[in-house]
Amino acid sequence: MSGPVLAVEHVYKYFGDYPALRDVSFSLRGGECLALLGRNGAGKTTMLKILAGLSGAAQGEVKLFGNSPRQATARRRIGLLGHGIGVYDELTAIENLTIFAQLYGVSKSVAREWLERTHLAHVADSPVREFSRGMRQRLAVARAFLHSPSILILDEPFTALDDRAIALLQTLLSEAKAAGRTIIMSTHQLREAMELASHVALIERGKLVHFGPRTPEMLMDPGYVYRTFGAV
Amino acid sequence: MIFLQVAAKDLRSELRTKESLNASLSFAVVILLLFSFAFDPSGEAVAEFSGGLLWLVFAFAGALILNRSFARELPNDCLEVLLASPVSGAQLFLGKSVASFLLLLGIELLCLPIFGIFYNITWTPKILPLLGVFVLGTWGLTILGTLFSALTVNLSLRELMLPMLLYPMLIPALMAAMRLTTILLSGNDIGGDDLVWLRLLIGFDVVFTTLALALVETILVR
Repeated sequence: MSGPVLAVEHVYKYFGDYPALRDVSFSLRGGECLALLGRNGAGKTTMLKILAGLSGAAQGEVKLFGNSPRQATARRRIGLLGHGIGVYDELTAIENLTIFAQLYGVSKSVAREWLERTHLAHVADSPVREFSRGMRQRLAVARAFLHSPSILILDEPFTALDDRAIALLQTLLSEAKAAGRTIIMSTHQLREAMELASHVALIERGKLVHFGPRTPEMLMDPGYVYRTFGAV
Repeated sequence: MIFLQVAAKDLRSELRTKESLNASLSFAVVILLLFSFAFDPSGEAVAEFSGGLLWLVFAFAGALILNRSFARELPNDCLEVLLASPVSGAQLFLGKSVASFLLLLGIELLCLPIFGIFYNITWTPKILPLLGVFVLGTWGLTILGTLFSALTVNLSLRELMLPMLLYPMLIPALMAAMRLTTILLSGNDIGGDDLVWLRLLIGFDVVFTTLALALVETILVR
């Protein structure tokens, strides 16, 4: 069996004196999908930011493919879909994707392919500010998947998506998982997350209170994780 | 050459919205116009304060451009996406500095003929050395300003904080650029004792470019 794609070891993070993360450890292999659960303010986004190299851990270590997430070799393999859509309103759809294709060293033709795939080819030359919310979200999905990332870090990816974008994202995530890519997503949409997840983690007040494979009970009853492992 | 792609992206965004360009250019022209009423443009003293006036205008107009440098990435959390990409903090910083430098230099070159008309100054005979001073002075202003733009990007009072941090640190470069510009606009050549100002300006640019490139990763990823 291959080594872990992602290894998180005894990670602590503080905001002032407030411990946002306390002794968090887990690891994931290729093709595994982690649903990171927790209430608002539990530390999910902080954890994802550390994994994406956007924030440093106060203590502990994070390794992506054996490297620090801040190393370019690791970052080249990350696909990030955060709270914001991460595209420029004043630029056109094709300009946005072309910029990110250049930054990741991907051919510009891939940008056109992703516009086709996300059903945005007909508005390729329109500024993003003229897009509907659903179109902007699909462009964000295209931007995150553009460079065929080996690990996808998704912060509440299903929140505020329209039906078409949810269907698109679910298809892309299923394909990515089948292709052996690692997925980590924080979410409150338990049903969608459980369908896709191979593993489930629950964070409460910065502490990882559960990490393990997704069980049939979790799939049938999405609230099971909170009831079984969460504080009452 | 990823930094050139970052610079091209920033320039394209700015030229499309013209948010800071319009504000900066109109501010510079209005200040030049107002000061022309305050001083007698036909007086001998005009050449003496010309460098000081021009660089104060450029410094204040520059702050309007520099404030937008990293703030441009805040809508839609674009900064996070850039930082998660393989672009290093130094490349990102250099790209943004180059974009701001070109925008500010463009404004300066537009202001120069306006300044010549308002203050009755002949600037064309020394255009090449003058351009050299503008390039060196503007790079110093831009590199330090972009660094503070990165430092203050997440502050709610960043429009206030950037000038407060920038101007005190910029004094050596501003003094050198003002002095050299005054010499050139008075029709003299830079030489003799005045070369120390040129050395100071070049030294400032080299030191702060090196420092900024070394520090910016720590500033952006906290």
